[in-house]
Amino acid sequence: MSDTTASPGQITASDGMSLKAKLAKATRRSKIKALLMVAPLGIFVLISFLVPIAMMLTRSVYDPVVSETFINAGPLLARWDGKGLPSEPVWEAFAKDLKIGKKNKTIGRAATRINFDLPGSRSVFTKTARKIKRVKTGPYKEAMLKIDKRWSNPELWMTIKRKLSPITAGFYLNAIDMKYTGTGEIVSQPDQRQIYIMLFKRTLWLSFLVTVFTIILGYPVSYLLATLPMRYSNLLMIMVLLPFWTSLLVRTTSWIALLQKQGVINDLAVWLHIISDENRLQMMFNSTGTLIAMTHILLPFMILPLYSVMKTIPPSYMRAARSLGADQFTAYIRVYLPQTLPGIGAGSILVFILAIGYYITPALVGGQDGQLISNIIAYHMQKSLNWGLAAALSSILLAGVLALYWLYNKLVGIDNMSLG
Amino acid sequence: MALPSHVSLGERLWFYFFRIFCALVFIFLIMPILLLVPLSFNVEPYFSFTSGMLSLDPKAFSMRWYLDILQNGMVNPEAAFSWDWIKDSWANGQWIHSIKNSFIIAFFSTIIATTLGTVAALGLSQSNMPARNLIMGLLIAPMIVPLIITAAALFFFLSSIGLSQTYTGIILAHAILGTPFVVITVTATLVGFDRSLIRAGANLGAPPQTVFFKVMLPLITPGVISGALFAFITSFDEVVAVIFLAGYEQRTIPRQMWSGIREQISPTILAVATIMVIISITLLATLELLRRRSERLRGITPH
Repeated sequence: MSDTTASPGQITASDGMSLKAKLAKATRRSKIKALLMVAPLGIFVLISFLVPIAMMLTRSVYDPVVSETFINAGPLLARWDGKGLPSEPVWEAFAKDLKIGKKNKTIGRAATRINFDLPGSRSVFTKTARKIKRVKTGPYKEAMLKIDKRWSNPELWMTIKRKLSPITAGFYLNAIDMKYTGTGEIVSQPDQRQIYIMLFKRTLWLSFLVTVFTIILGYPVSYLLATLPMRYSNLLMIMVLLPFWTSLLVRTTSWIALLQKQGVINDLAVWLHIISDENRLQMMFNSTGTLIAMTHILLPFMILPLYSVMKTIPPSYMRAARSLGADQFTAYIRVYLPQTLPGIGAGSILVFILAIGYYITPALVGGQDGQLISNIIAYHMQKSLNWGLAAALSSILLAGVLALYWLYNKLVGIDNMSLG
Repeated sequence: MALPSHVSLGERLWFYFFRIFCALVFIFLIMPILLLVPLSFNVEPYFSFTSGMLSLDPKAFSMRWYLDILQNGMVNPEAAFSWDWIKDSWANGQWIHSIKNSFIIAFFSTIIATTLGTVAALGLSQSNMPARNLIMGLLIAPMIVPLIITAAALFFFLSSIGLSQTYTGIILAHAILGTPFVVITVTATLVGFDRSLIRAGANLGAPPQTVFFKVMLPLITPGVISGALFAFITSFDEVVAVIFLAGYEQRTIPRQMWSGIREQISPTILAVATIMVIISITLLATLELLRRRSERLRGITPH
């Protein structure tokens, strides 16, 4: 109680407590109250958003499939020195695991994992697993070699040995177009299998282009909206907000109707004799389609922050510059433009963040060379089922997005994020 | 904003160039959306204007794709219009099914997102909130993290607790995606909130809950409702999470459009899109009215 009772000379409250202690108590209570109000949403976001993402990302380094499948052979193989071929007990345990794996249908998954590192090795496992059940007694080494002589390849054994460790950097290596060789060295993928670096570059390049286009198209429009009288600008604002509020799929659909070979733009161009009927432009199913549709979809995200910044710039600044002798152009470059930079920054980061994670539009209008990194993540999630690689690619993408988010927070502050 | 008479020719030309450029951008923004409307009345199963449509021939227009929204998936679409026909459409129509799903999912996820988001925003606006920026950053994150990552993560998470391909799972996912919008709009409303009103209420003898319900809530209601509308439209439009988490049973309108575009492209999609545009216009108009009401309530005059 020593800190709550007042010492002589201190200001006290009516109940004799020191005012300082009372204030500290009240502050603490209101802090707890504020935290309690945030807690329900905080816990909800933590449990059903942050934890799932963290769990998914662990898949990029953690892959227990091989060690779970070769549960008997694993510990024996771990002690193998890697010279020549393993000894008979390893072969025997291996044959046992193959039989179990065949029965539980887990062998295919494990074989696929090893195949990621050593292409063409999948059939060694599936073929042997199919035939091994007829082999009842040893020596298993000879039996397995008879089924498939590729078992004599030490590189295969090295690969299995390495894959037995559930912690792996392999998915990250794959995500940057590298791989382990059978002997454990890290090398580049062969040229025809190098796709991810190219996809990352394309995603960044397309997002950059979309950002630049939205600035070019959005800046003048925001300026017009900010300088027109309220009556007109409110009306024109609807033309910006309506696309913003319209479903993404609706807008993508309308771009399909516009851009396709028998679509409105081509029809119009043929009708105006700009192009002949045989030479209709291919504007869809390539990166042009992705670029046009994404620029349209993300343009409001540039205009809205720019508009809100421009709205706060008093028109008297420009008039002052003019009356001090600057011509229109100089006044604009030296006085107006610098004040709009925060808006350009906010809009650009927002558009860029949204663009690099885009999935729907590239998938529908992108065709082959308009696919972005999100599309390949979806492919590995749904089709190839290489979830580890999907997680590795996701975590690289996420790291980039979070860095930009941090930058946005530094420059603009998330409290100032506005939604039109 | 007419040009004064003293401007030079160069400035005059620049002015008109600027105006024309802006007009073209507005056309670029709005044209694709408006274009859907006439195309959805096409009698032919194409996505382009026929010569009949261009010459405004009434025969070139039809409501068949709107009818198809009702009919698609029906057991007996050719039957005469009757009570049974309506029941058949309501029970078996594919699009009807997805429309019902969209509304159910959007409704419940909006309620969760709005409740949690509003309470959190009230907490965040307390002057003594510790680590506000960090917490705000985490709460806004679902809006920033690429949807594909969120969807993939939720796919594993919901599968592991047995909620994948259920309504509950999708509602939870959409609630997560909707909360940032509620937090942002309600926080924005609270920024302009005059705290002395609370003290005035307390001073006049009202207990805290009375102050909250009688003073604070009416003032922040427009912000809460616009946040709720944002959450609703987020869920209503969302397709990536639905692709990953929904089974056939939980298909929403955007999901149905997605497979429609990829598999059997027909102008029914354009008809649905037109209806979606009308829904967006309605929501937008509601939002604008709310904004004006909020400004009037808070005594901010429109400038």
